[in-house]
Amino acid sequence: MQKSWRRRFHLPAVIGTIPMILVAVGVFVIGIGFSVLWSFTSSKLFPTYDFVGLAQYRRLWADSRWLVSVNNIWFFGLMSITCNMVFGYLLAVFMDQRIRQEDLFRSIFLYPFAMSLIVTGLVWQWVLDPNLGLQEALRNLGWSSFSFAPLVDANTAIYALVVAGIWQGSGVTMAILLAGLRGVDEEIWKAAKVDGIPTWRTHLSIVAPMMKGAFATAFVLQCVSVVRVYDLVIAMTGGGPGIATSMPAVYVIQLITVRQNVGQGMAAATMMLLPVLVVLAFSGIVIWRRNRLGGAEA
Amino acid sequence: MAENGTSVSIQDLSLSFGAVPVLHTLNLDVAEGEFIVLLGPSGCGKSTLLNCVAGLLDISEGRIFIKGKNVTWEEPKDRGIGMVFQSYALYPQMTVEKNLSFGLRVAGIPKDEIAKRIARAAEILQIEPLLQRKPAALSGGQRQRVAIGRALVRDVDVFLFDEPLSNLDAKLRSELRVEIKLLHRKLQNTMIYVTHDQIEAMTLADRIAVMKGGVIQQLDAPQTIYNRPVNRFVAGFLGSPAMNFIEGQLEGGTPAAFKTGDVSISLDRYAFDGAVNGSGACVLGIRPEHVVFGEAANSMPFATDAAVEIVEPMGSDTLVWTKLGGRNFSFRVEAEKTLRNGDPVRIGFDPARASLFDAQSGNRM
Repeated sequence: MQKSWRRRFHLPAVIGTIPMILVAVGVFVIGIGFSVLWSFTSSKLFPTYDFVGLAQYRRLWADSRWLVSVNNIWFFGLMSITCNMVFGYLLAVFMDQRIRQEDLFRSIFLYPFAMSLIVTGLVWQWVLDPNLGLQEALRNLGWSSFSFAPLVDANTAIYALVVAGIWQGSGVTMAILLAGLRGVDEEIWKAAKVDGIPTWRTHLSIVAPMMKGAFATAFVLQCVSVVRVYDLVIAMTGGGPGIATSMPAVYVIQLITVRQNVGQGMAAATMMLLPVLVVLAFSGIVIWRRNRLGGAEA
Repeated sequence: MAENGTSVSIQDLSLSFGAVPVLHTLNLDVAEGEFIVLLGPSGCGKSTLLNCVAGLLDISEGRIFIKGKNVTWEEPKDRGIGMVFQSYALYPQMTVEKNLSFGLRVAGIPKDEIAKRIARAAEILQIEPLLQRKPAALSGGQRQRVAIGRALVRDVDVFLFDEPLSNLDAKLRSELRVEIKLLHRKLQNTMIYVTHDQIEAMTLADRIAVMKGGVIQQLDAPQTIYNRPVNRFVAGFLGSPAMNFIEGQLEGGTPAAFKTGDVSISLDRYAFDGAVNGSGACVLGIRPEHVVFGEAANSMPFATDAAVEIVEPMGSDTLVWTKLGGRNFSFRVEAEKTLRNGDPVRIGFDPARASLFDAQSGNRM
C-alpha cells in the first residue's frame, strides 16, 4: 500500500505536472463553474451575483434564435458526421489500394484540415458568392441564366455549411481510418479471400468491426468540431441570412459581446456543456464496465 | 493435363514483382494425399509459391492445376483449397463458431449442412468447448486449431499451411506438429506446408521441396534430402548441428581420394553421382552424427587423431569441436561421455555417408 502510494505520487512528477494541473483546474473547472454560476444570475454587460434562478434558461428556450441554433447544430452535426465518416472511410479504402502518389493525395485530402477555418470559410464564401464566385464566372462565360448562390438563401445556406464541413473534416477522418485500415493484418484479407467473402462484405463484417478504435477516435474528433463550430459559420454566413445558420457557439458569443446579456449567454453555454457531460458519463460507464468484465475474465 | 493421382500440378510457374523475378519456371507435382513441405530460408519464395497456388497472387507465367482442373485464373474460393496462416487470421469480432461458419454462410450453404460440418471439424480438432468464445479469449494453440478448423469446414481437397506454427512457443509447436501429422493421416488430404523449420519439414513431410532464390533445389523424401543433398546449400540448410564442410582437393585415380592439408581420405566407398572427371577443388561434407570416436573409429574406413577444442553439452547429446586438416570439425557424442578441452581423441567416419560437392558450383559429385 505504502509503496503504491509512493509510486503514484512521485515528487518530480507531481512538480512537473503542477502547471498543467493549475491550468486545467483554473481554466476548466473554475471557468466552467463560473459560467454555470452566472447562468443563474441576471448579469447583463458585466457579471453580477443577482440570482434569478432558472429565469435565464426559460428566456433562452423561448428565444427563437436559440431554437434555430439548436436545430441547426443537430442538422449540421448529423449530416457532417455521417458524411465525413462515409467519405473518410471510402477515401481511406481508396488510399489503401497501394495507389501511386499516395503522399500527394494524402496532402490534398488533409489540406483543408490544416488550414484555419476562417480561411477555408472565406474561400468557400467567395466561391459561393453570387457576385464574384461560381455563379458570376459561369454567367460571364455566357450561361446567363445560371443560378447558384446557396449562401444567400435561408433554406440552402445550412447545406453550404455542411458541404464545407465535410470538405474540411473528411480528410482527417480519412487519415485516422487509413491508419486503422493499415493496422489490419494482411492475412485477414487473404483468409477472407480464401473463404470466398466478397470485398465489400469483408469491409463491413470483418475489417470495420476491427477498426472500432479508429472509428471512435474519428467520431469523437468530429463531435468536438461540431459542438464548437463557430469560425466556419462566422466566415461563411455570419449566422445568416437572418438567423438561418446560427449555431449555439455563435449564439453564445453574440449574446455576450453584441447583445450584452452575459446571464443568458452563460445559460446557453451551460446547455452546450450538457450533451458533452452526458457523453462523458456514458463513455465512463462503458469503460468502467469493460474494466470490470475484463477483470472478471482474467 | 495432370495425370491421374496428381492433386496439385504446378507447371512452368514464373512470378515477378515488377522487374524483380521471384519464382523461375517452377515445376512441382503433388500426388493425391501427399504431404509436401516447402522448406527454405526467408525470401526464398516458398510463401509466394503457396500464395500462387491459393490464388492470392496472380502469376506471371505458367499454369496451375488442382485435381486436374486448370485453376490458374480461378478465384481462391473456387480452387478447392483451404488455407491456414501464420498469424491465424481469425476474424476477431466473431465467435469461433461464426469464424468457422462465415465463409459457408456467404457461400449460401444450407444451415443444417453448416452445422454438420462445424460439428465434425470441432470434434476432429477438439474445439467443441471453445465454439462460443472469441479469438481473443483463446490461447495461441487453440487459435491455430480454429484456423485449421476454418480450412476443414470448407470440405476441400487441398490444405495449404503458411508457416502455421511459427508464432507458437517451442513446446506447443511440437505438440501441434504431431496433431497436424495425425490430422493428415485421418483426412488423407493433400497438404502443402510452408516452413523454415527443418524439424517440422523432416517430421511432417512425405516429400520436402528445398527452395532457394525462387528455385526448388531438391525435391525428395526427407531421408534422401538429409543423407544425399544435391548441393551444398541443401546440405548446409538441413541438419542441426550443421554439417561439417571441409575444403580440399579431389585427386582422381582408383580409388579417388580427398585431400585437405596433410589428411587424405580415400573415396573408395563413396558413391559418386557421375563419373569422376579428374581432380579439382571440392568440399567434403560430413554430418556430426556420422562421425564416431574412440575405439569404434578404428573400424571406420577413415580414422585420424585429433584434439578436443570445445565441448558443447546439449542435454540429449554433446557436440565436440576439434580440428581436421586444420579446419573446424564437429562431431556428436552421447551426453554421458565426459570429454575435456585438450583431450586427444580418435575420430573416424565412413566416406560412404559423406557428401562431396564441387567447390565452384556447389553441386554434389
